[in-house]
Amino acid sequence: MQPTRRTLTAAVAMTAMTFTLAACGGGDNEGSSNDNGDSSEEAGSGEQITLTVATFNEFGYEELLEEYESLHDNITVEHVKADTADNARDALRNSLGADSGAADIEAIEIDWLVEFMQYPDKFSDLSDPSVDGRWQDWKADAATTDDGKLIGYGTDNGPQAICYRADLFEAAGLPTEREEVATLLEGDWQHYFDVGKDFVATSDSAWFDSAGATWQGMINQVEVPYQEPSGEIIATTSPEVRSLYDQVLAASTDAELSAGLQQWTPDWVAGFQSDSFATMLCPGWMLGIIEGNSEGVEGWDVANVFPGGGGNWGGSYLTVPAQGDHIEEAKALANWLTEPEQQIKAFEAKGTFPSQVEALESETLLSSTNEFFNNAPTGQIFVDRAKAITFQPFKGPDYFSINSALQDALTRVDVDGTDDAQTSWDKFVADVEALG
Amino acid sequence: MSTTTPLRPATEQSEPPPKRIGFGGRLSRWDLKVSPYLYISPFFILFFVTGLFPLVYTGWVAVHDWDLIMGQGEFVGAKNFTDVLGNRDFWNALTNTVSIFVLSSVPQVICAITIAALLDANLRAKTFWRMGVLLPYVVAPVAVALIFSNLFADKFGLINSLLGTVGIDPIGWHSQRLPSHVAIATMVNFRWTGYNALIFLAAMQAIPRDLYEQASIDGAGKIRQFFSVTVPMLRPTIIFVVITSTIGGLQIFDEARLYDAYGRGGADGQWQTLTILLYEQGWTRSNFGRASAIAVLLFLIIVAIGLVNYLVTRMISTSEVKR
Repeated sequence: MQPTRRTLTAAVAMTAMTFTLAACGGGDNEGSSNDNGDSSEEAGSGEQITLTVATFNEFGYEELLEEYESLHDNITVEHVKADTADNARDALRNSLGADSGAADIEAIEIDWLVEFMQYPDKFSDLSDPSVDGRWQDWKADAATTDDGKLIGYGTDNGPQAICYRADLFEAAGLPTEREEVATLLEGDWQHYFDVGKDFVATSDSAWFDSAGATWQGMINQVEVPYQEPSGEIIATTSPEVRSLYDQVLAASTDAELSAGLQQWTPDWVAGFQSDSFATMLCPGWMLGIIEGNSEGVEGWDVANVFPGGGGNWGGSYLTVPAQGDHIEEAKALANWLTEPEQQIKAFEAKGTFPSQVEALESETLLSSTNEFFNNAPTGQIFVDRAKAITFQPFKGPDYFSINSALQDALTRVDVDGTDDAQTSWDKFVADVEALG
Repeated sequence: MSTTTPLRPATEQSEPPPKRIGFGGRLSRWDLKVSPYLYISPFFILFFVTGLFPLVYTGWVAVHDWDLIMGQGEFVGAKNFTDVLGNRDFWNALTNTVSIFVLSSVPQVICAITIAALLDANLRAKTFWRMGVLLPYVVAPVAVALIFSNLFADKFGLINSLLGTVGIDPIGWHSQRLPSHVAIATMVNFRWTGYNALIFLAAMQAIPRDLYEQASIDGAGKIRQFFSVTVPMLRPTIIFVVITSTIGGLQIFDEARLYDAYGRGGADGQWQTLTILLYEQGWTRSNFGRASAIAVLLFLIIVAIGLVNYLVTRMISTSEVKR
């Protein structure tokens, strides 16, 4: 009897194995056939679908997405927000590399747009007659490949003004009215820092939040900051970059104008509540962030001025990765979200300033005010700030990595205090060399 | 065969029994030889697919120029390795990893044994206390990291304000190297001490109680009993806990990555561990070749430390025999 039983168990074991393997295989087949079925049907009929939209910081889309859902019964929109643009970028890179996991609509910031333009096949072509001439030329050109493929729909731009705390200005004996402040700060960066020195002499607060934040304003006024159009990296050799670096660090540490709060850290967020600094460079999209962090704090206002003229910080695009299941629907949603009317609503919600030509002339935009910022006419201010921008800097594919390394260099001196300006610069040079 | 022979009919004698085997017999012979392997094969098939193949493939990627999105480039030989080893980031990350590992594992094992000894005593509501120490383990590491990075914020964190009330200057938990390691090690300890304590507790309860009786008859106090009876009897368990926490410690990622909003291990790489460096090279910089080279090096380091562990274990077990 014994042999028979063994034979039986062996047979059972073998069948069990076969079943397990078959089950694995079967599961996969089932899954994929289902997916195919779904997507092919959806294109035609109005079946229930979910679209995911991945953004970072504040885009002001919360109410818009609800509105879109109510306009389209069959569409549910899921909004995924990353805390920083850096994390959003890493996540998108990862999904593109793995060819799965990307949201149906992915927001891309202008600083790393060029990097992703290297992989046009990974994104759907969004060109469409309905969007011709929707944006300022430079905004649309930046997202168009050489062979005419449009990778992203422009959302907002980041024309910068100066946000300031009127109450802290008053305590330090500086003017508080936004027109007077604009006149006071009119000038170059050195002038902005000089006024800051007067301020800190009579106040416990610092003048600005961090060297890194101020750097974003300064570097965005350099025509060719880190990389030549030929691809050659000039970040470590350009005298302009080095002199700005020395200038901002001298102001931050020697003149003690910086609060030493690295942006987006818990300390920085807490700094809003404890009157740590009196001014901040504020691109339109920063308004929503300041308001969110300053709950209970009164006195924020916006002055229609920016050191060194005009400057753009950030601004984004909506892209539709080619790997998605619902490309047509995602395109339609991205198209709708970037229509001038919707962008103006987003501006009213979170201050994301439109890049759409039509929106810039819109009466709604020009007359819009921001209650939190002492009812400042933010629409008019940012339209003026946008007009002050005379050129767009050239940002190569390595812009983001080099700028991160430079931000680290500033943080080492300004926030951490682990290095002085020279040793930190040496580490920056080593970091840039290690990029290759 | 000998047991079955008497049962067979007499005619069988004309042909030698072992030569003629029917299909059933052949099956049973295969069964004897193949079945055991078949039973354990699911593990090895899974191991091959999820363990060995990625391991070998990582080695393949490490000798190529490999972009995260564009995929395989040309063969570059050892260039990725020399790049990694020639950069200060790697050595910095290695030091950080070892430092965080020592700061977390050593206090963790000591605390866990002490807690286990306390729980081993006669307590009211035993189950409540035992579940209590396991509670931190249930909390997701991401949540732990978010809470702790706020507690350890440099300027407005709770820990620094508490230190301020007793007159200690604020500590640069994020800006300085060693404090950041202490903070991250604290997160690790918070999560794992209770878990290890329960493993020790289980082992302690397996120690025969009469050993303690004998010890107390010999006049040993509680503390002497702990060091002379409990700790020696726990030796195999201690080795197990040390090995698992070594592997975990060298691969530490979540806590360090979520310690600030940027996740790069600090502006000066103050708390950049090897896995964070690997992530940065692979995902932020898209250089999969270099990331794989770091992975291979990390693997070699873990193997080396594993060998040291093995030798120490052997030394301990032989010394036990001598006694």
